Amino acid sequence: MLLYLASRVGQTLVVLLVISLIAFLLVANLGDPLAALLSADASQAERAALVRELQLDQPLAARFVGFLGKLLQGDFGLSYRTQEPVAKLIAERLPATLELAFVSLLITLFVGVPLGILCGVAPRSIPARLVMFASAAGVTLPNFVVGIALIAIFSVQMKLLPSFGRGETVQVGAWTTGLLTASGWRAIVLPAITLATFQSTFVIRLIRTQLMEVGLAEHIRFARARGLSEARIWGLYALKNTALPVITMLGLQLGNIIAFSVVTENVFAWPGLGTLFLQSVQAADVPVIAVYLIFVGAVFMVINLAVEIAYPLIDPRVLGR
Amino acid sequence: MFRKAAALTRSLAVAGLAAAALAGPAGAANFKFAGPLDAYTLDPHAVSNTLIFAVLSNVYEPLVRRGADLKLEPALATEWKQVDDLTWEFTLRQGVKFSNGNAFDADDVVFSLNRAKAGGVKANLAAIASIEKAGDHKVVVKTGAPTPILPAMIVNWFIMDKEWAEANGAVQPGSANNQTETFANRNAMGTGPYVIKERDPGVKTVFAANPGWWDKITGNIDQATFFVIANPATRVSALVTGEVDMVDGLPPQDVQRIEETKGLRVQAGSDLRTIYMQPDIARDNLLHGSEKSKNPFKDVRVRRAMTLAIDTTAIQNRVMRKLSTPVGLPIGKEVEGFDAELGKPVVADVDKAKALMAEAGWEKGFTVNLDCTNDRFMNDEATCLAIAASLQRIGITVEPRIAPTARWAKQINPPDYDTSLVLVGYSPATYDAHLFFTSIVATRDPKSGLGAFNIGGYSNPEVDRLIADIGKERDRTKRLGQIRQAFALMKEDAAYIPIHQLKILWGVKDSVTVVQPADLGYPLRYFVVK
Repeated sequence: MLLYLASRVGQTLVVLLVISLIAFLLVANLGDPLAALLSADASQAERAALVRELQLDQPLAARFVGFLGKLLQGDFGLSYRTQEPVAKLIAERLPATLELAFVSLLITLFVGVPLGILCGVAPRSIPARLVMFASAAGVTLPNFVVGIALIAIFSVQMKLLPSFGRGETVQVGAWTTGLLTASGWRAIVLPAITLATFQSTFVIRLIRTQLMEVGLAEHIRFARARGLSEARIWGLYALKNTALPVITMLGLQLGNIIAFSVVTENVFAWPGLGTLFLQSVQAADVPVIAVYLIFVGAVFMVINLAVEIAYPLIDPRVLGR
Repeated sequence: MFRKAAALTRSLAVAGLAAAALAGPAGAANFKFAGPLDAYTLDPHAVSNTLIFAVLSNVYEPLVRRGADLKLEPALATEWKQVDDLTWEFTLRQGVKFSNGNAFDADDVVFSLNRAKAGGVKANLAAIASIEKAGDHKVVVKTGAPTPILPAMIVNWFIMDKEWAEANGAVQPGSANNQTETFANRNAMGTGPYVIKERDPGVKTVFAANPGWWDKITGNIDQATFFVIANPATRVSALVTGEVDMVDGLPPQDVQRIEETKGLRVQAGSDLRTIYMQPDIARDNLLHGSEKSKNPFKDVRVRRAMTLAIDTTAIQNRVMRKLSTPVGLPIGKEVEGFDAELGKPVVADVDKAKALMAEAGWEKGFTVNLDCTNDRFMNDEATCLAIAASLQRIGITVEPRIAPTARWAKQINPPDYDTSLVLVGYSPATYDAHLFFTSIVATRDPKSGLGAFNIGGYSNPEVDRLIADIGKERDRTKRLGQIRQAFALMKEDAAYIPIHQLKILWGVKDSVTVVQPADLGYPLRYFVVK
């Protein structure tokens, strides 16, 4: 177990280093931050001075080493765009995204898992067919279409829920939360459903396929032969065998939401990381983009690590392989 | 009904003001509005950016400001005069207080000049050589060269409280390389009609009326919230649901929908920004095109043919949905020095254009890249494609190279000017043609900074001489004559191909009266909510 743990953590660190190099190279070629920082009539002398200040005239390798060194000291630099510390910008936006990810994950679990079981246990029943039909739409529709459709129905037509923003927020220590106010909950419903649409349909299909496959396995037939109740067979013996792929998928999806809910956040003007990322890309705000990409890499690695560590707990056979 | 249909054609700044005067303040009101972008910072001296000025002009004030009709009027200075060629004297307003109660005096002005000169707005103040306090309420400004339009050049130079800046460690303006962030980035201390009550960068900014303002708020807004909603569809939805009273950056395709929605209207006023094309006439070859040994743009007949081939009226009708005004000069109608005669749009004439191409020996045409943006101006990408189609008619194959602004700017901007043909938009911050001349028309000179954004490398010694004269001339009639002369010469050379002047598109509730200045500002002090 310890060896398994160490090898997984080691791999994570190597991948992180590679990600920071890629992130750095990517943004070094991204665009001209000078365009955003200088006025249209700036003279050449002013341009040259700014290039020197931002060290854009240094060789790429030297800039990467400097960048990495500062990163390790916990200095993430200042944003070109807002001239504020990058760490602060990310920390301010993180709660909104995490709360959104959390709520959409809850929806996925409470909607996707029961419906998936239904479709897997009784694939030919009418409700299961209806669910499968609806989930085809959920998988194919892009996020922004779902979001805009939800706004059109629930905000514009029915005037039930707000179309943008996070509602009122409450400060709890360093964390700004929208989950303690009524308007915050009202605001999170539509974006969370938008994100959950794709995920839950995905979970439904995954569980269905897995259960249908496991349903034919020998241990299930033996269980039936011994006269165990159907509920016990499916609930315990079949479902447990589908857990690994579902957990892997949910873990990746959670990372995806934290890192790349750009489209959904944009549609709902949700003040999270995705919005910050988009604003930074538009302004070629290199320091923010670089740190953001590394942060995203770290999130994925950590989630992946957690999932891999969870494997042996669910299925001890993993260690033997 | 109401003003909807007429709203598009009327001069709205003036109409809005008249309506505001008629309506009168009808009790305190809360106003909510949304736009696609946020001001990067609240520091008035850190970055020269239209949106920052638009937001901050509600909080900070200059010595001389622009009213609803864009005319210059006294703000923190009550009067000003040019004493001699290089000297201006400003008399400051007495009894003005910053919103923290500190008194405003000459020290704050001197401090704010030095602070601004250390920050990203320094280019706007390049004309000012030095400033001196001449009493508590008088300052003397020296200019490096004769500058008859100095008051028009300082409308975006905002005065900050010196004591406040010193007490909060905000003496230095913000800049990206500073390893400490300045206090003024998120906080503001000006003398203006509003104060910042709450600020969540990139999300929302809340303004509250400043009860101690020296002037009178003619509208009735005592609290305003500015939301940033990047997605255009959501922005429009927020207006339709009534969550906001006004949206900036209304997508052209939603104009009809808003007009047909009861209780909403579209307000489309002139935008100072004017779109034009500039071919590279400095190099001897086509850097991004088919001709490696010759540059067809060096021939004035080719440039004239291009001007004649582009049907700006068709672009106005089909691409811009009438939300633009074709112009014959690359500056807006509101800019001082705009000439109605020269500013008439060129009528497209493909036969004449083809004849000119043949005369120049280019009847077979050539291929060239056109650098365009897709996120900077209304329908910029579509305009770019329409221009390519127009020029194809006279044999010029234009391959549009469409990029986000950051990429595009890196391509075309100094020092490389790495382009053969580019679609640009520009508006002079001074509302005066001279700034257009010095930064875009004058022969490039890296030392003096003249012509820094003359991307095509146009150079005409006669125009250069006139530009120098315009800079010095104190008599307005004479000056306008010189500007007209320079424009005439420039137009003759056809090195700038004007396309159209843009419009600002706002969606507004009928219950709200707004003033929509051409400089993209949000002057909350004139807004009325019924």
